[in-house]
Amino acid sequence: MAGSTHGFSVQRYAPERGAFAKLTARDSVVRRLDWPLLLSALALSGLGALLVWSATRGRDTLNHGDPYYFLFRHLMNTGIGFALMIGTIWLGHRTLRGAVPILYGLSLVLVIAVLTPLGATVNGAHAWIVIGGGFSLQPSEFTKITIILGMAMMLASRVDAGDQANPDHRTVLKSLGLAVPPILVIMLMPDLGSVMVIAMIILGVLLASGASNRWIFGLVGAGVLGAVLVAVLGLLDEYQINRFAAFANPDLDPAGVGYNTNQARIAIGSGGLTGTGLFKGSQTTGQFVPEQQTDFVFTVAGEELGFLGAGAILVLLGVVLWRACRIARETTELYGTIVAAGIIAWFAFQSFENIGMTLGIMPVAGLPLPFVSYGGSSMFAVWVAIGLLQSIRVQRPITA
Amino acid sequence: MSNIPETGRTPRVTIRLIVLQVLVFSLLLTLGGRLWYLQIRNGQEYTDEAKNNHVQQVVQPAVRGSILDARGVPLADNETKLVVSASRTELMKMKDDGKAVLTRLADILDMKPKDVTDKVRLCDSKTPQPCWNGSPYQPIPVTNKATTQQALQIRERAEDFPGITAEPTAVRRYAAPGKANTAQVLGYLSPVTDAEIEKAKDSDSPYLRSDQVGRSGLERTYDRELRGKAGVTRYEVDNLGRVIGRAKADKAEPGANVVTSIDARVQAVAEYELLDAMKEARKAFDKNTGTNYKADAGAVVVMEAKTGRVVAMASNPTYDPNAWVGGISGKDYAALTGKDSNFPLLNRAIQAQAAPGSIFKVIPTTAAVNAGYDFNGSYPCPSSYSIGGQTFTNYESKGHGNITLGGALEVSCDTVYYALAHQQWQRDGGTKPKKNAKDWFYKTAHQFGLGKETGIDLPNEVSGRVPDRQWKQRFWDANKDAWCKQGKKDGTFVEKIAFENCIDGNQMRAGDSVNYSIGQGDTLVTPIQMASIYASIANGGTVHTPSVGKAVISADGKKITEIKPKAQGRLPMNASTHKLIDEALAGVATRGTAAWRFENWPQDKIPMHAKTGTAEVYGKQTTSWFATYTKDYSIVMTIAQGGTGSGASGPAVRKIYNALYGLDENGKYDPKKALLPQPQKDLPKIEADGSIDAPDIKPYVPPKKEPEPPVGVAGPPPANTGNRGGNPGARGTGIQRVGD
Repeated sequence: MAGSTHGFSVQRYAPERGAFAKLTARDSVVRRLDWPLLLSALALSGLGALLVWSATRGRDTLNHGDPYYFLFRHLMNTGIGFALMIGTIWLGHRTLRGAVPILYGLSLVLVIAVLTPLGATVNGAHAWIVIGGGFSLQPSEFTKITIILGMAMMLASRVDAGDQANPDHRTVLKSLGLAVPPILVIMLMPDLGSVMVIAMIILGVLLASGASNRWIFGLVGAGVLGAVLVAVLGLLDEYQINRFAAFANPDLDPAGVGYNTNQARIAIGSGGLTGTGLFKGSQTTGQFVPEQQTDFVFTVAGEELGFLGAGAILVLLGVVLWRACRIARETTELYGTIVAAGIIAWFAFQSFENIGMTLGIMPVAGLPLPFVSYGGSSMFAVWVAIGLLQSIRVQRPITA
Repeated sequence: MSNIPETGRTPRVTIRLIVLQVLVFSLLLTLGGRLWYLQIRNGQEYTDEAKNNHVQQVVQPAVRGSILDARGVPLADNETKLVVSASRTELMKMKDDGKAVLTRLADILDMKPKDVTDKVRLCDSKTPQPCWNGSPYQPIPVTNKATTQQALQIRERAEDFPGITAEPTAVRRYAAPGKANTAQVLGYLSPVTDAEIEKAKDSDSPYLRSDQVGRSGLERTYDRELRGKAGVTRYEVDNLGRVIGRAKADKAEPGANVVTSIDARVQAVAEYELLDAMKEARKAFDKNTGTNYKADAGAVVVMEAKTGRVVAMASNPTYDPNAWVGGISGKDYAALTGKDSNFPLLNRAIQAQAAPGSIFKVIPTTAAVNAGYDFNGSYPCPSSYSIGGQTFTNYESKGHGNITLGGALEVSCDTVYYALAHQQWQRDGGTKPKKNAKDWFYKTAHQFGLGKETGIDLPNEVSGRVPDRQWKQRFWDANKDAWCKQGKKDGTFVEKIAFENCIDGNQMRAGDSVNYSIGQGDTLVTPIQMASIYASIANGGTVHTPSVGKAVISADGKKITEIKPKAQGRLPMNASTHKLIDEALAGVATRGTAAWRFENWPQDKIPMHAKTGTAEVYGKQTTSWFATYTKDYSIVMTIAQGGTGSGASGPAVRKIYNALYGLDENGKYDPKKALLPQPQKDLPKIEADGSIDAPDIKPYVPPKKEPEPPVGVAGPPPANTGNRGGNPGARGTGIQRVGD
């Protein structure tokens, strides 16, 4: 911390005190943390643990006969994520700014590694690196962070230095160039869901950076054009086309492609106001919904906790996003604003896509629900993101 | 620190952040709205769908109850057959979907592998029979004709036959004890249809896909009692159909046994004698048509006089109800229902209606007394009676001088009834009826229960017809257009009739009234109606609803629901009229038209009463009717195109009485031979375990036939017939078949 080049190191406001006193002092980091944000994220992860548990407790082929297998692992992932958040706050997003080139390079290597024999295919997406011992890594999750950080660094440097009011075209182009390699690699996997999220992240980042409107509209236009091109040129795999077809008409083939969406909707719809109660959902115990502990975890909430429980997840996500927006607005340096906006776009779109597909208003794409879905890489990434948000809040100048 | 922007962000970024925030929260709101729509607004729909998703039923069929005769002899029961079944769920778990197992199974059962695989495939719109129409979770029967050895092989090599079971299973059997096949009364079963399942879905006794349903006869009337309740185990299954829990289990409850008033021994006699009478009739020459009698259908009813219970009910042509067991073949079905089949499925005792002829005369006799005529008055019985140029003759144009109404019954004098009916018709206003027309002859027939079903506990009974003014009007309304089109003044006989009908077919003409009075014309009755009427006369006038079912006894024997005889009214005659009619009918058996059939009958010990009838049917040979009663039983027999009442049906009825009371041709009483001198009152004995004792039963040995004397030589003139002239009662008469 002492080596921080950016003004407000914590020590300056904290005279020597005991450790506990330090933590609880008026101006301490702990006091200045965004608690609603942190508690909402924790609540989501905790709720996720219950839902993942309920979804996997009877799936003997998955849980190796141990009903608590996934519960334990989800809690462990949350714990690791929590530690990563603390580490991130401790380092501070500004410190990380210096490490961005290294982090970016590392994440790019990892994504490329997926394409080598190290990579593994799960559910049609070749997006994983199996580490062994039951662990595997999904590098595209970390790429989301490094792209945010990298683009923010490039876009904000001259503005934060006071040289420009807004990033110029050259800077914007350079930052976009940063995002292209990982996107291309992820497309090759292909992990279409992650590509869509990264596209939204880029949109959020450019919005917050103050880049000219032309870039914004141009990017949206390019996205639409790209989607059309991909479809026309047949760059999509059959399973992806099928998912879209099933989205357009889930009753088309209820035993085949439309099965996921139909069963997911039945599960959620049958929950009613209060749900069947945890562990009592027949769709869940009957394992009618595939991938229920990961991509379709929201259906467990819908069936077993009902409108109140599923609505609570939406509210908690709302709190997370509301606090993130506040953090983005309140920080005075563009770097922090851009990072926060990137995270907002990421969380918001990924949550919308994930929940939307279970509700039948979005096509099926393999994306986890932040905090709630089972999956280490995703869990670590979203908690690092929380750490970044907290760091932006903690390190913003106290004007009082 | 110098670059800490006091200036803050540019307004552009601030606006952009607000835009971002608005976008983000509209996404969340969209999700919330959609969630509400799915869970709250349409929640019920999805809840129902979820339920269907994961509950599967496994059905254990209930053993169907038996139908027993009055002494406990099973008329319909179950036999155990070795049924080999395949469990689809087990087979589908195998790599080759069980093909290897089924091939091995086909080998053991001596079947073609394809036949076996076809039997266990599931039916859908593209799959032709054979295929399995039931639940895929149900064991699918491959054969029910496995031998013990085959079953043992399958069981011993269980590891070679996973998912295959060979188990004894109950299959319906119509045992025909003592050759009493009782086919039409018992009815038959056939598999439940989709429509029936759908209809009974929400009732308290829903059908299961594997159910057999009673289609006719007692099997249908008492279907609910006999069927029992199938055991249903509801399993919660997962997406692959694997069982993850047992939701609900109901044990199978075997169906109740139905004890009937049928006595298998008497039934066997009735069936044998009916057939024999028809065979004999076919040997007799009909001089009206110049050929032998066809005797193509017949029925006999033996009824307990004091209760209306049916002791025997036979209908001919008949069939073997076992043809239906295990699915009827196309050939058998055609033989039972085809155009050339003569419809053996029909129970002619309740489903055939014909003009009754002279056995009807007890009704006009009662009507005359009720209309004010003195029973013992003096009524002329000339050889013929004329109305406006039309002449209505007596049988063989024989006159009997002045006689009483009793005498008219005994000798079956038509002209007495013609005159009475004509007088009444005139009194009621003739073709222009008075407002308060008494219609005694018609009213009385209704009071006797004609023109409506008796309400017997057998399905699809027909009502017969009393051709009163109201019916004539309705019938004319329905047919006048056709008649007017067809009718020609100077055309053929049929065209002439149509012409007359077109003009005034709605009017009750004198001729109609007169024809009706002797049970001709448009009058139609069923054998069960006549049996019920004569039983009522026998018991002093109480009309009971005829019944076959006597008690329903639960499978464990603990719950006995008796079906009590039900009195539905009384005949419209006072005690003195009853006595006089009773005496006259005894006279028929001793002195009158039936006397030659009751030679040597111990009249002093068992008073016999009888009435013969020979009804004319336009275009066909005469219908033979014979109605009789003692104090305990009434027996009515009819043979379509069979000749005269006493001639064709008389000997058979006498032989049934002989068997009941243990008499021989000479009236000699042998108590050992008496099958049922008194109606069976008590129910059969029920053992502690619920089983019902069945006495042994010996087949009926008909008395040795003496060489039959030629008709018309040994006996008195055959029984009287009806109208011989005037406006012929051609319309709508004759045996009418009513669809099942």
